[in-house]
Amino acid sequence: MTELIKKSQRNGLVKMYLSSIFADPERTARLIDIAQSSFLPLLKGAIFYTIPLTIITFIVGLVLAILTALARISHVRIFQMIARVYVSAIRGTPLIVQLFIIFYGLPNIGIIIDSYTAAVIGFSLSVGAYTSEIIRAAILSTPKGQWEAGYSIGMSYSQVLRRIILPQAARVSIPPLSNSFISLVKDTSLASLVLVSEMFRKAQEIAASNYEFLLVYSEAALIYWVICFILSIIQQVLEKKLDRYV
Amino acid sequence: MISIQGLYKQFGKLEVLKGIDIEVEKGNVVVVIGPSGSGKTTMLRCLNVLETPTKGVISIEGNTLDFSGNVPKKNIAAFRRLTGMVFQSYNLFPHKTALENVMEGPVIVKNENKESARKKAQTLLEKVGLGDKVDYYPAQLSGGQQQRVGIARALAMEPKVMLFDEPTSALDPELVGEVLKVMKDLATEGMTMIVVTHEMRFAREAADEVIFMDQGVVVERDKPENIFTNPKEERTKKFLNMIQ
Ligand SMILES: Nc1ncnc2c1ncn2[C@@H]1O[C@H](COP(=O)(O)OP(=O)(O)O)[C@@H](O)[C@H]1O
Ligand SMILES: [Mg+2]
Repeated sequence: MTELIKKSQRNGLVKMYLSSIFADPERTARLIDIAQSSFLPLLKGAIFYTIPLTIITFIVGLVLAILTALARISHVRIFQMIARVYVSAIRGTPLIVQLFIIFYGLPNIGIIIDSYTAAVIGFSLSVGAYTSEIIRAAILSTPKGQWEAGYSIGMSYSQVLRRIILPQAARVSIPPLSNSFISLVKDTSLASLVLVSEMFRKAQEIAASNYEFLLVYSEAALIYWVICFILSIIQQVLEKKLDRYV
Repeated sequence: MISIQGLYKQFGKLEVLKGIDIEVEKGNVVVVIGPSGSGKTTMLRCLNVLETPTKGVISIEGNTLDFSGNVPKKNIAAFRRLTGMVFQSYNLFPHKTALENVMEGPVIVKNENKESARKKAQTLLEKVGLGDKVDYYPAQLSGGQQQRVGIARALAMEPKVMLFDEPTSALDPELVGEVLKVMKDLATEGMTMIVVTHEMRFAREAADEVIFMDQGVVVERDKPENIFTNPKEERTKKFLNMIQ
């Protein structure tokens, strides 16, 4: 191993790696074998943990974000305050620190949460705070006349909000929300640090057993990339569809 | 009958309405004219309770709101349903088709059955000459067409009075006629209407009474033939000279 590193320093890492693959048929076979055998566990990590974690936290986070945005634009002082403090605290501290407080910290006061739930709570709070600003801006960008038109045909505040304002706000916020969603896919890799066996943690486990860090982490990176690529295509389709009549 | 008694409205220190009294007989059309900033829009918005009057009493066919005291939200919502509002800038819901715009109130507010609301909305859109545009979105319609959808949307709630706030002033000149025609038809059918407009021809042809407002008060009110040919107040004369 040390010899390998020394050599790689002399020859350049990539050249070294590539030549090690093609020069040595035995090693080539081993790498192909590892790539193949780790693909399924990684994919499982993505399908059973990374993707569900992303979807669940995004939905919970969006609900939090809408409530927070409504609190911010409400005329009730105490709601405004709570929303401001929440957004400020979440945005002012690193996500990883928040996750550690929830998973490793809370047991000190007797609150024990399993790692998956801790990750859901941590990421949801984070998504809620960041996207609340997107939702708030989108709601405020809807012309005042839309509220008045709703009221004038007898609708209540919540009816106008649900049927008139939020659908229009959704349209405006699709692009920034898609960006948040794609970021979230990648951020879920932080859950590995609170022991959720999502894709990146799987990668760490596999690489720790066979020392092929470059190969295994690159493979994980590739899967993240493919997921995000598919999502950005969905984003484009969605934007086109919603843009049709505005 | 509709009546406004002693209506005051203040925005902060700015007193916009300074004791307005207006009655409108059932089936009558009242046209409100007056210089910009005289409080015409504010008066209509108070009647639709989009603005809460500082004080005063408004009443529509026996339903009364007295703003000297506290008025419960529930009463405001019920009162609002007696009025149909048509806005200068149409304010159609851009994410809904013409038909959906018109159905929205009956289905969501009145809990009407969707199918019958759809039929009613179709009939109303035909009535305003848009029977072939029911599935169009507002962005696909001209200003005149949008405003006619706006009228149909307000009519769908079966209001006791229709309030129009300069319904044609955002329109290109060639589109004004089609909207005024719909309004005239409504007047002929006996709809009670309060119309803020600068279309003097409409006032002459359709109004039972013209009210001239200035600086938050009613300066003069009379039959159109009188007020246009022989205004009594100096301020009315000045204003009519200016716009003709
Ligand atoms: N929401 C508001 N806040 C403060 N001032 C307002 C508001 N709405 C209207 N005003 C003021 O009230 C006055 C009357 O306005 P408006 O009723 O729109 O007049 P008009 O429709 O006759 O042109 C104007 O000076 C306007 O600036
Ligand atoms: Mg006005």
